[in-house]
Amino acid sequence: METNVFKRPQALTDTPTHYCPGCGHGVAHRLVAEAIDHFGLREHTVGVASAGCSVMMYKYFDVDTIEAAHGRALAVATGIKRTHPELTVFTYQGDGDLASIGLAETMHAANRGEKVCVIFINNAVYGMTGGQMAPTTLLGMKTSTTPTGRSLHREGSPLKMAELLSKLDGVAFCQRVSLHDPDQVYEAREAIFRAFEAQLEGLGFSFVEVLSACGTNMRMKPSDAQKWVANQMCQAYPLGVFKDDEA
Amino acid sequence: MGRIVINAALCKGCYLCVEACRKKHIEIDDHLNAQDCYPVREAPNTECTACPRCATVCPEAAIEVFHD
Repeated sequence: METNVFKRPQALTDTPTHYCPGCGHGVAHRLVAEAIDHFGLREHTVGVASAGCSVMMYKYFDVDTIEAAHGRALAVATGIKRTHPELTVFTYQGDGDLASIGLAETMHAANRGEKVCVIFINNAVYGMTGGQMAPTTLLGMKTSTTPTGRSLHREGSPLKMAELLSKLDGVAFCQRVSLHDPDQVYEAREAIFRAFEAQLEGLGFSFVEVLSACGTNMRMKPSDAQKWVANQMCQAYPLGVFKDDEA
Repeated sequence: MGRIVINAALCKGCYLCVEACRKKHIEIDDHLNAQDCYPVREAPNTECTACPRCATVCPEAAIEVFHD
């Protein structure tokens, strides 16, 4: 008897995404949707979208979604979770939103131990606005605002959010994963499931940093952008579990 | 043995699935879809093991995988 071993999650709508070919957002969206399906949360979840390429994620998730002002996703998520603790709340933020303009909201929400999940997409560049330097841009990496490459002395080092947040007492789960090949996507799936589980268990703030390819702004075809993530980003941003209160 | 169903209308032609498939079961179609992309299709005379690496890397969630 034939069985369906891989299908489109119910928590995704049928709407085609606006993302560029090969963009990691599509895979990350699907993994979050798989977690929502797995835990049966579709009627009990609120997502909070950030400003950036994922700004229109409310079109793609079949769950209630709020679009926060730039950088304020975790402030909005805090309000939702505190007024409706029975709901599962997640934010989905890029590196400009979470690690730049929203850094204060991120650090304080994590330190307070807000019981929400954060899916942080780190693609080392500002995608939506045309490839400017992000806080996560690698040293030496050329962007439209660092045409000779990011310099340690001029722009400082890339911000390692998973390492930073794992030091805060309010953080229950913190892991960095990548999407550059199928095995890594399986790992990412497990991490996102674990993040949702941590919230359902009431453990505290859960954070998954997802290394993702932005082929358009890297001026690479999708398969080369995946190799760049594997060879360059995974060196600068080591993968692994930085904190797991359950373990 | 396995079988895949590709939603060609969603395909944007990144071809990550073509690289992910160890059996070379996916190839590029020669007809444009409504998004002006050449989508992927099943390659003739190849087998699918329902692994499902192609669907795992597809950013559009455009591939379903079935196993006998």
